[in-house]
Amino acid sequence: MHTTRLLLELGAVIFSLGVVGRLAGRVGLSPIPLYLIAGLAFGSGGLLPLRAPEEFFSTGSQVGVVLLLLLLGLEYSASDLVGQLRQQAPVGVLDLALNGLPGVVFALVMGWGPVGALAMFGITAVSSSGIIAKVLYDLGRLGNRETPSILSILVLEDLGMAVYLPVLTAVLAASGASAAVVSVAVALSVLGAVLYVATRYGHQVTRVVAADSSSEVMMLRILGLALLVAGAAEGIHVSAAVGAFLLGIALSGEAAEVARPLLEPLRDLFAAVFFVFFGLSTDPGQLPAVFLPALGLVVAGIATKMFTGWYAARRAGVGPGGRLRAAATLVPRGEFSIVIAGLAGNSIDPRLGPTAAAYVLSLAILGPLMPRAIDPLARRAARRARDKAVAARAAALPA
Amino acid sequence: MDIEETRLPGIGLRHDFVTRQGRRIGVISQKNGARELFMYDPDDPDSCRAVIDLTPEESEVVAELLGAPRVIERLARLSEQVEGITTEGIPVTADSPFAGRTLADAQIRTRTGASIVAVIRGDQVVPSPGPDFRFQIGDKVVVVGTEEGVHEAAKILGGG
Repeated sequence: MHTTRLLLELGAVIFSLGVVGRLAGRVGLSPIPLYLIAGLAFGSGGLLPLRAPEEFFSTGSQVGVVLLLLLLGLEYSASDLVGQLRQQAPVGVLDLALNGLPGVVFALVMGWGPVGALAMFGITAVSSSGIIAKVLYDLGRLGNRETPSILSILVLEDLGMAVYLPVLTAVLAASGASAAVVSVAVALSVLGAVLYVATRYGHQVTRVVAADSSSEVMMLRILGLALLVAGAAEGIHVSAAVGAFLLGIALSGEAAEVARPLLEPLRDLFAAVFFVFFGLSTDPGQLPAVFLPALGLVVAGIATKMFTGWYAARRAGVGPGGRLRAAATLVPRGEFSIVIAGLAGNSIDPRLGPTAAAYVLSLAILGPLMPRAIDPLARRAARRARDKAVAARAAALPA
Repeated sequence: MDIEETRLPGIGLRHDFVTRQGRRIGVISQKNGARELFMYDPDDPDSCRAVIDLTPEESEVVAELLGAPRVIERLARLSEQVEGITTEGIPVTADSPFAGRTLADAQIRTRTGASIVAVIRGDQVVPSPGPDFRFQIGDKVVVVGTEEGVHEAAKILGGG
């Protein structure tokens, strides 16, 4: 009986995800908010509470985080990261500080204490590189002049998360202030050591993992290794997500190219499970209560991200049209905010999860629409700038 | 001509330049081999007006359409322009001692002073083939050098 019920319910959830995902793709939306809504609907207190597959979703969501971060790490090489850090560090610091600030203020006002402030800092600061990369690709903006500025902010945020997540995990796990300091110190030194090994010996790591073999064996080997590294990282409070991310960075070159297409379908499945699980474990009854405060956070989050994008593009010498496009493109938040909210769980405040859900729902839906909406404005700004330049040149000419 | 190279972290490399007529065009090379060809908007030089996604095979076709006739054209012009230099396409026949052997084996440059600048195989051009390049029957080997050198090279490759 149990098996029948499990398979039926699991099938129904996954099938409906496929249906809404397809609808989302048609109208140019990211599927993430829809996965969250599905999770809210199927969870306790939702429209259609399901019981049987809870265990699968709970385990699957852990695997989902590992795969999300592993694939993100595979996108970058260690030299990419170090290069961006060298050139764009001021922009990265401004981005994280400015965008984390509303979250910190919000948590303190709500009375969630310093740990709550640390969690909300991360939730509001980080843009969704997955959603943004897709928007840039769909709108044919990869070649645009402002695109490298946008991408380098995303890279720096991801790198920033590799420092932030161990700190958060350590603080959440520690019982007192001194235990937290020790955990953070351990986490950061492991992080430094792994980054050093990845930049220096990335090729050797790659060779060990990717010695030639058939593709399914390779998939199993990399997945297994990722879970092992993630588990070990979790054990020393560096956070499983960061372990997987660092492994992704350490794997480079051909191995990364081969591994990516093999792992992508798995990532898509388990990432969907992860978002649904977050929805499942969030009580939709709490949503109305946090709706108004979250709305304020959303407005602040849009404003600070737009300023960051505008500033980064201006710093790179991009014209006014491109600055507006960069500003609007950076708005979406998604996977990282949910990863952080998932880590924080209900241990800080039962309202944190619903707040994060409302925040990501709004920004993951609004975010991809904004770059499209701002296009006419950007076009007009660019034309005005050109006309002004032409007029200035004409005025400079002797009559 | 100034070709600008920009790294796009997580995506690949972008190359772009401005044509003589003032249009900016560029190519993005993604890590997975896919290419994007794009033309910038003349009204807003920071944004693209047309973007064309190309699979690895398609981009090879475009490169060939743009590039292959140019190699031959340039060679033809070279032999007209510079006195004392000759270009010749030498066919590799079944009699050739080097059919199936490598470019290094033939030692054309050491023995004749002439250089192999390209090999035409079917409708493909292999520009500046390396020492490991293996000749096949039916290849046309484009050799540049003095008249004597090229003649000598033709003898070596043709087995005459």
